[in-house]
Order: sequence, then structure tokens, then C-alpha cells
Amino acid sequence: MTVHETTDGAAGQGGAAPRSARALARARRLHALARFWRQYRSHRGGVFGLAVLVVIALLALAAPLLAGEESRSVTDATGGALEEPSGEFLLGTDQFGRDVLALLLWGTRVSLMVGLLAAFLSVAIGALVGITAGHFKGWYATVVMRITDWFLVMPTLVLAIALSTVMARSLWTTILAIGVTTWPTTARLVRAQTLAVESRPYIERARALGGGHGHIMARHVLPNVMPLVLAQTTLVISLAILTEATLAFLGLGDPTVVSWGGLLQDAREAGAVSSGNWWYITPPGLAIALVALAFTLCGRAIESVLNPKLGVSR
Amino acid sequence: MSTDSTAALVKSPGAASDGPAEAGPSGRGPRSRSAAAYLRYVAGKLAGAAVSLFAVLVTSFFLFRMIPGDPVKHMTQGRPVSTEQLAAMRREFGLDLPLWQQFTDYCAKALTGDFGMSYQFRAPVIDKITEALPATLLLTGTAFVIYTVLGIWLGARSAWRGGKFGDRFGTAFALTLYSVPSFWLGLLLIVTLSVGVGPIPGVFPTGGMESGGQSGFAHVLDVAHHMVLPVLTLVAVEYARTLLVMRSSLLDEMGSDYLTTARAKGLRDDAVRRRHAVPNALLPTVTLLFVNLGNTVAGAILVETVFSWPGLGGLFYQALSVPDLPLVQGLFFLFAAAVILMNTLADVIYPLLDPRVGR
Repeated sequence: MTVHETTDGAAGQGGAAPRSARALARARRLHALARFWRQYRSHRGGVFGLAVLVVIALLALAAPLLAGEESRSVTDATGGALEEPSGEFLLGTDQFGRDVLALLLWGTRVSLMVGLLAAFLSVAIGALVGITAGHFKGWYATVVMRITDWFLVMPTLVLAIALSTVMARSLWTTILAIGVTTWPTTARLVRAQTLAVESRPYIERARALGGGHGHIMARHVLPNVMPLVLAQTTLVISLAILTEATLAFLGLGDPTVVSWGGLLQDAREAGAVSSGNWWYITPPGLAIALVALAFTLCGRAIESVLNPKLGVSR
Repeated sequence: MSTDSTAALVKSPGAASDGPAEAGPSGRGPRSRSAAAYLRYVAGKLAGAAVSLFAVLVTSFFLFRMIPGDPVKHMTQGRPVSTEQLAAMRREFGLDLPLWQQFTDYCAKALTGDFGMSYQFRAPVIDKITEALPATLLLTGTAFVIYTVLGIWLGARSAWRGGKFGDRFGTAFALTLYSVPSFWLGLLLIVTLSVGVGPIPGVFPTGGMESGGQSGFAHVLDVAHHMVLPVLTLVAVEYARTLLVMRSSLLDEMGSDYLTTARAKGLRDDAVRRRHAVPNALLPTVTLLFVNLGNTVAGAILVETVFSWPGLGGLFYQALSVPDLPLVQGLFFLFAAAVILMNTLADVIYPLLDPRVGR
């Protein structure tokens, strides 16, 4: 999306009075944003994904009100072990007699937080590596891209499992393990985009006017790769949420927090599988799939707004 | 390489429009020149792969040394052992040597395929790996064939009727399954089809690879029976990726002139799709196919764990919890090496399939 360069006259001609450069820039950005939203709205999948995310984010924020602090505690549990769904416990209880629905609500927070932070870390590393490798050519780019390629061929899950085993069990370990293993794709994408941007004449102009490396990367390249980074972030979030659940399921997550993957591990350990307690096993997985799908749908919608060549629903 | 490859590049439109038969070995024209260039290209790729393999070897050694805990203490847990015994065990596994010497020994031995003795099984790592490898390859290989064929077929059909209901529904369904955690799908399948819920009877085994006690054809059937659910899980979660790549690359081809030409010749729609569009659209899918193939070795850690499949994934997980350093190192190296080798193979084969690529 080359929004930041388009000399969109419409926004600037709004009033007769001359406006400051800053006001013009702001008006242009608002205009671009409005256009983006108009195009995004035409992707039904993207709108559905966004709606789901808004609802889930609200549920995550409201978890303490809806479920209550004591619902996570094993000692304060009110129900019997592995009860079937009833009026009191809509989704039944776990082996400690806790309400599965309440645990599910609490798990929303962990999954969203880990997913967002890990994706943020991953995309930040990827964008930094990609922009610098595209900007500074020569040995620096060669070395950095070799490292990127090396990370790219490592089996992501194997490496993430290895890292989580090596470090202490905590949410930060999970975030770090996911962030460190998933950045190379972003780095490659961003580098390609950076090379494309840097070959444009206005970069040469900026350089001729005395713009330094930092200025060019931050003021010219970054705004142009930002849309791509945004689309990539939403896609990485769904990957991160799935990986977090996977690590927690393998017992590599933080044992002290309630997460969706951890719930599934608890369920498996409690023998919910062999005794056919589907009501305990189904909800956490559905929640993971729903959130991952929602982020994927948003990412694809953003992608196809930015790159219409990909087709309406690539 | 780039200058030599232009010869191949020039004749590409013809090769592309003639379909798969002509898209074979690159260029009949200036063969000697492009052959030399191709060999140089292959040599470069092989050198790159060798560097990557060495980097993986280094990583596999140092990464797992950071796992907290003393493996020797872990091995002797619950037994009274003297300090002398512990020291003897350390010597047996070479843990008393300085780190750099352990490392050089490790590298030298790894070159001959020797990854040392497993701590927990007291058997050579390579034996444990060759023991579990067939089970993994059987499971993931079967799944690989099914999801690749399914993905390509559905992807091509989906793109051909782009935007229609079948396309939209098919893509949405694949995306939904793609978002599902594989271990959860496995658990659900076990609950519904192995244990049985309500009126549904449990018809499949809950895990493992064989019931034992059978031989010949009955044994084959028994293993196949055990494979149904794990393969189903892998296929359901994996086919979406192939479908999406196939779909988008066929969509890219849809507007091409050579398709219009093929239609103008009076070819039926079906023939245009099968003989002209699909072979060209298959090219990006080939790359993905090799990536998937490389991942087949490591790809089933979760499914193997859930279904207690006696393969490499389960072995890796088991080895991590000890930590059984030699076994973990060997498996980690194997997993990464498989991906590297398959990627290199894809790089080497790709110019043969598509003469336009001469990078």
C-alpha cells in the first residue's frame, strides 16, 4: 500500500484556508485509513474475524468480573470432580472440581497475551533484520540473511520445544521461544519490500539532501513496509497462539497459569480422553481454533486490501 | 549464473505454453553452456547445504547443554550410588572431558553417523533412531501422499471456479481445519471414534501401532486399522496449506495468454485445465511439497504423542524429559538435516522443471 506517497489532492482541498504541513499530513492519513476500512469491509471473512476478535477481547478483559478470582483456585473449588455439564456448571468441571467455563474465560487472557506479545517480538525482530539487511548491502546483509536462512530451515516446533526445555518454565519463556523461532519469514518479506522501496527515486532525493541511514530507514522505508508488517503480524499471532497451546499441551508452559493448551493437558492427564468426557476436551480446542481462525481471516483480508492482485479471497 | 541463464529465459514462453511435456530438462538449444551453468548452480546449493548442516551440528551440541539438571544424577535417581560410580558413569559417557574436547569428539563421530550412547536406553542413538524411523515414515509418508494429492486436486478445482460457492466454502473449510490444533483434533477423534460418545460406537484403537500377535496379511490390516485416526488427523490439519498455494498459483495463471490460445484452439475446458493450466501452476506447489517432505520426519511430534505412535516424535519428547543428551542431539540433527536436504533437492530440481528459473 503506497498510501503515504499518493498525492491525494482530495484531502488537502477540503478548506479554502491554507493549512500547515502537519495538518495536511494528518488529513491525508485519515483519508487513507478511511479508504482502507472501506475496502476491508468488503471482505466478509475479515469482518467476521474482526467481530470475533472484538468479542473475545472483551471477554478476556471482563474475565475477573465474569468468572471471579477464586474460580482458578484448586482449594476453593465448589463442584465435584469431572462433573457433566449442568445448570450450575455449563461446561462441567475439571478433576479438581473447578468450573471449566470459568477456566476457559481465564485462559482467554493468557492465550491472547502470549499470542500478541510473541507475535510482536517476532515481527519486531523480523522487521528490524529485514529493513537493515535491505538498507545496508554488502557483508552485513550477507551475514544476516545467512542467519535468517538458517533459522528458516530449522523445524520451528522442534526448535521452540528445545528452547522451552532449556529455559525455566514461564510465560516469558514461551513468548521468547515463539518469537525467536518465527521471525525469519517476516525478515525475508520485509527485506524484499525494502529493496523495492529503496530503488525508488525519492530515496535517492532524500539521500542527496543529506538524509542519513537512520532518517531514510525510519522516515521513508518504515512507513512503506508498515502495512506489510501489519498483515504479517496478524498472521503470526494465529501461529503464536497455536504454538503456545502446543507447548502448554506438551507440559512446557507455565504450570501456574490457566491456559487453553494447559487445560487440554490437564484433561488428558485426568483421563478425560479414555472416559469420553468430551465436554471437558471440546471447549478449549474450539476456543484456540476460533481465535487462530479469526486472526488468520483478518490477516488475509488486510493482505488482499494491500495487494489486490491476490484476488478477492485468495 | 544470471548471464548464462538468459538463454534459457528467452525460450521460456514457448516451453511454458506447451505444457508439462516440454517443461522438462532445461533447454535443448545452447545445452553445453546452460549445463555448465547448471552444474555451477548445483555446486553452490550443495555448498550452502553443507554449511547449514554444520551450523545445525554446532547448535545441536551447545543448545541442549543448557538444559538444567545433571543427566548422570537423573539416570541414577532412586538408587544409592557412590561418588566413584557417578565418576565412572561420567567417564563412560565422556562427560568428564573438557567441553571443547567433547565437541570435537562429537563432530568427528557424527560424520560417521555415530551420535553416541543413549543415556536412558543404554543403546547407540543411531539404533534407537533406525528402530523408530520406519514407524514415523509410514505414518507421515502416508499422510503426506494423501494431503498432497487432496490439496492439489481441491486447490485446482477451487481456483477454476474462483469466487463460486464451492470455492468459497472449500477455502473456508480448509482454513478452519488449518486453525485447529492437531493434538486437539486427535483427542477429539479418539473420544468420538475410539472411546465412543453416546450412540457412536468406538471402532478404532486408541493408540499404538499394532495389537500384536498377528502375522502376515492380518498384521498389515491391523497396522492400517491403527493408522486411520492419526493419518486422518495429519491430513485434516495439513491439506489446507497445499490447497491455498495451489489455488493462488492457479489463479495467477488464469489470465495468461496461453490459456486463451488453448481455448481458441477449441480445447475443452477440462483439457485446458488439466493439460495447460495445472502443470504450470504446479511449480510453486513443488517447492512446498519438498518443504513438507522435509518436515515429514519431525512433523508428527504431537500426533505421535497423542496416539502413542512408536515413532521419532514420541522418542524426541521422551528424550527431552530426561534429558537424554545424545538422543536429543541426534534427533534434532536428523530433523533439521531432513529439512535442509529436501530444500536443497527442491532448489536443484526446480530449474529442471521450470527453465525460466535460472537463479
